This record gives sequence, C-alpha cells and structure tokens, in this order.
Amino acid sequence: MMSRKTLDLWVGLFVVLGFGALVFLALKVGNFSGLGGNATYSVEAPFDNIGGLKVKAPVKSAGVLVGRVADIRFDEKSFRAMVRLDIDNRYEFPRDTIATILTSGLLGEQYVGLEPGADEAVFKNGDRVQITQSAVVLEKLIGQFLFNKAAEPSAEPQK
Amino acid sequence: MSGLANFLRRIGAMAVDGVWRLGFATRFLGLVLLYSGQSLRRLPLTIREIYFSGALSLLIILVSGLFVGLVLGLQGYDILQRFGSSDALGTMVALSLLRELGPVVAALLFASRAGSAVTAEIGLMKTTEQLKAMDMMAVNPIARVVAPRFWGGVISMPLLAAMFSAMGIFGGWLIGVVFIGVDDGAFWSQMQAAVDVRYDVMNGVIKSFVFGVAVSLIAVFEGYDCTPTAEGVSRAITRTVVSSALAILALDFVLTSFMFRGQ
Repeated sequence: MMSRKTLDLWVGLFVVLGFGALVFLALKVGNFSGLGGNATYSVEAPFDNIGGLKVKAPVKSAGVLVGRVADIRFDEKSFRAMVRLDIDNRYEFPRDTIATILTSGLLGEQYVGLEPGADEAVFKNGDRVQITQSAVVLEKLIGQFLFNKAAEPSAEPQK
Repeated sequence: MSGLANFLRRIGAMAVDGVWRLGFATRFLGLVLLYSGQSLRRLPLTIREIYFSGALSLLIILVSGLFVGLVLGLQGYDILQRFGSSDALGTMVALSLLRELGPVVAALLFASRAGSAVTAEIGLMKTTEQLKAMDMMAVNPIARVVAPRFWGGVISMPLLAAMFSAMGIFGGWLIGVVFIGVDDGAFWSQMQAAVDVRYDVMNGVIKSFVFGVAVSLIAVFEGYDCTPTAEGVSRAITRTVVSSALAILALDFVLTSFMFRGQ
C-alpha cells in the first residue's frame, strides 16, 4: 500500500490538472474576459425589420466589436422591433449614430453596425437610436428588382 | 405451446426484475447520500478513491483525448476546406469536444476503466463476506465502502472530462495549425468568438457531472447487488459497463435536448 503522502500528492496533482484544464477551457478557448466582464450601457434601437438578427449577435463599429445585442422584442405600439444593444462603457457614440443590420459574408451571421454621426452629445444609458436601417430581406430585394424590370420600357421593338 | 409460454414468462420475469432493480437502485442512492456525510468527514477514504478512479485514469483519458482531437482536426479540415472555411476549424473542434465528445467519451472510458474496477472490488468484498463482517463489527459498509467510491467517481468525472476536452483541442491545434498550416490567429480567435463560457463550457461540465453520478451509482450498485459467486461478479462487471454506456448515451440525448436547442 502506498503511503498517505504519495497518495495525497498524486490526487493533488490530478485535481490541479483538472482545474487547470477547466481554466484553460474558460480563458483560452472560451474567452471569458472578452466583453463579458466589462461594464456596459444599453441603447434601444427600433427597426422595421430585423431579418435573422439574434440575441447575443455582435455590435460592431468600423468592424470592431463594441457590444452585443442584449434583447429583441416586438413593440406593439409602433409595430416595430425593439433591439436593446449593450455597448461597452469604453466606447462613446454621438447621438445621431446610425444603426444598421448587416450580414458578415454571403451566408454569415447578422450583426448590428454602428456608423457614428457628428453630434456633440453622446448616447447615455437608456437612450434611443433615432436613425436605423433594417435588414435586407432577399425576397423584397428580388421583388423590387422584378418590379423595376417590368417598369422599364421593353428593349425589343414592338411589331 | 409451452415454448411460447416459457418465452412470455421470461419476458415478464425480466420486466419485474428490471423494475425491482430500478427501485432498489433508487433506494440505494438515497442510502449512499444519507451515509455520505460520515464518509466525507473521513476525507482520506474519498481521496484514496479519487486516486484509484481519477488519477489512475489520467493516462487513458489524456491519450484518448489527444487522438480524438487529432482525428477531429483531420476530418474537420477535410470537411471545412470544401466550403472554403478552414479557418473555422478551431470552432468546430472546440464546440464538438466541449459539448459532446469530451463529456461522453470521457464518461464511456471512465465507466470501463474505473466503474468496472469499483464493481469488481465491491462484488469481491461481498463474495468473500467482508461486507457482512463489517456489518457484524458495527461498521456500516455503505458509509465505509460504497459512499467513498461513489463520491470519488463523482468528483473525478468532471475533471477528467475537462482534461479530455483540453487535450483534444490541443490535438486539433497540432493537426490544424502545426501540420496542415491553418492560421494560428484565426484558429484561436474564431474559437474564442464562438465558444460561450456559460452556454458551452458550463453545460459540458454539468453534463460530465451528471454522467459521473450515473456511472458511479451504477458501478457501486452493481457491485453491492451482485450474486456472491465468481460468475455473479463477472456478470455484474459486464452489466456495469453495458448499462453505464446506455445510461450515458440516453442521458446525453436528454441533457442535449434541454441545453442546446438554438436560440
């Protein structure tokens, strides 16, 4: 039988390795520090159509991650989608910033893009984005294209 | 005609036996939990079991994790490069390991490496009437023998699954980045963007904890319940491995359907 001390040493090593693996998974694989720990302020943005936007989708400005979509709900007074954006406290945006729903890549996930305006005043917690641009819905785009085509005078000469 | 009757009788007996064993196992879990207070106060007993079922399983867990990661790296690269998205290799390897393969494969290995050993030990103790002797000496065999082995398994399992996942991700990195040449930065950054600590890592840990409880309970129960003969012990060991594997896979489906249903 192994002595108590050796046994404790091996079990200690085992437990340290196990928790080391958990810490590795949380920090290196899961990026625990990324924006999860930082304080945020939230801003509401009304959209006519959010397309396939999901909660936790990234909020980017100039391609840099500045926040996450915190909540999406339907506003029954204005019949629009209310998207709450949690933005990192480090970043301040002018009050006339435009929020747009964009798609990363051809089939990628949808995210909210912020285009800063020129206003002196900045967003505070609970503010509302005034200017928004909805997601591009493929069916509407095709419909518009067909409509424009039909409205054009036909190229072939009529007999 | 009597053949058919015998057949039906056997099915009925099996069903009754199964329900009886399930009830006994549930009562047994209650007993183990009831007496685990005593055994947790005598921590050296539990530490000894963590050594036998956890620390001694390290080698098989780490080596299997590495090989599973290597295979995931190769297969993942082969599939992803068809869509021109081989940069997502890290995401694929990490998510499949954290959510499914890590907890499930580690639990299957744990059941066959440590669960069978626990069943054999307790079964042999019962066969050689050591459990009865303890009872005669007013030592509760459940508190002294069963509960430490149960808790040793429950504590070891999540740690082993975490090590399995970490080793697998290292294996995927080894194949993807070192041998094939996927970009190192893209591998880690895409992984970090896609893996959520609460949604993916924590759910994996919860899964492996549940598997740890299931495998440990089955192992100690089969040992305690075995027919006290050489054949009975060998049957109990077989049953431990078979029912552990079935329980792990069935529980995995149930847990997955609760945890990961998209948003």
